[in-house]
Amino acid sequence: MSDAMATTELDRARNIAGAVTDPEIPVLTLTDLGVIRAVRRDGCTIVVDISPTYIGCPAVLAIELAVEAALRDAGFGNVRISRVLSPAWSTDDITTEGREKLRQYGIAPPAGKSGKAALLFEDDCVACPHCGSTETRKLAEFGSTACKALWKCEACQEPFDYFKCI
Amino acid sequence: MTNDTAALVEYCVRLGDDALILGHRLSEWSGQAPTLEEDIALSNLGLDLIGQARLLYSLAGAREGQGRDEDRFAYFRDAAAFKNCLLVEQPNGDFAATIVRHLLFAAMMHPYYQALSSSRDPALAEIAVKAAKEMAYHVRHAAEWAIRLGDGTAESHRRMAGALDDLWGYSGELFEMDAIETSLAGKAIVPDRAAVRPRFEATIARVLAEAALAVPKPRYMQTGGRHGRHTEHLGHLLAEMQVLARAHPEAVW
Repeated sequence: MSDAMATTELDRARNIAGAVTDPEIPVLTLTDLGVIRAVRRDGCTIVVDISPTYIGCPAVLAIELAVEAALRDAGFGNVRISRVLSPAWSTDDITTEGREKLRQYGIAPPAGKSGKAALLFEDDCVACPHCGSTETRKLAEFGSTACKALWKCEACQEPFDYFKCI
Repeated sequence: MTNDTAALVEYCVRLGDDALILGHRLSEWSGQAPTLEEDIALSNLGLDLIGQARLLYSLAGAREGQGRDEDRFAYFRDAAAFKNCLLVEQPNGDFAATIVRHLLFAAMMHPYYQALSSSRDPALAEIAVKAAKEMAYHVRHAAEWAIRLGDGTAESHRRMAGALDDLWGYSGELFEMDAIETSLAGKAIVPDRAAVRPRFEATIARVLAEAALAVPKPRYMQTGGRHGRHTEHLGHLLAEMQVLARAHPEAVW
């Protein structure tokens, strides 16, 4: 196979892997989420390096299986998924497009950079994904999944999930 | 196996055991926490810890090179072979006891994993970076509840003060250094636990002040977990956690 062909094939694999959607938040693709670190060739095997969002997140295995299945369905015979911890995934890796998709889906995207997430006595300033108001307050540190907190908007009274900064 | 490798394996098992045992304790709340949000919260915190334990056991098994995987470490060792600190095996008690136990543990482990992130062992460092991010919201969650309950009703305050009194004696073990960790710390592979202590104390002091609870006075500290000498509670926990894997040792699913 020529180098050019190999590159095209790799790009095709990259597009297929990147288009797989998150099992918990189906509006987000893995590209939006920023978890695919590399799609590369190792001999005749396509290797996809995926960074887990949360170590114990049950979606991690589901994502890996979905990527493998998508690539096999597209005709890639030898596929290996490799879990890479470094560099650690953070919410900073979610793309601008991904943040907008989250907001339209009713989940407030992470506010600010992951570095400030560790502060103990400060809450993020979170805009309501429904009406845009920042008159919001946290109800619980955890929403429907580990990565989300439960918030409420004081302006439109709607509760919403907030994707926490990590 | 060289001495250094053996020390690192033992060290990973200690951290892994801390995470697994506390993770299992939190899983005991699943389906019976005081509110639905807390049920989800405690289960998710437990998942984080069990995830951390899996990585640490896998690393221990890989370095040991004798074919032990994460399941061998979790399911096929008896209490005396577990090296977790005594704090994490203490029963859930009431919600106040669970929160105090978690606050003490997370207030230590958040800065500890941050320090471990600069380990000269890259595999250990990358686990620590990930775990530190998670422990940050473990501290936040426990601290918020500690404040709400400590500075809440007379009854919630009484329970928090009681839990703190019961569990404080297990906090000293978090900072114990022995020959194994001192040797690894000398090679910049692991942090000196004493160096993390000021940050633990600052967090505890600040949270307890907000919670209208007094920082307990110095007292005799319980010890033994790092050498496999445990309270009676660990055996009961292991019996429940390990029964399925031991009844069907080769089962796959």
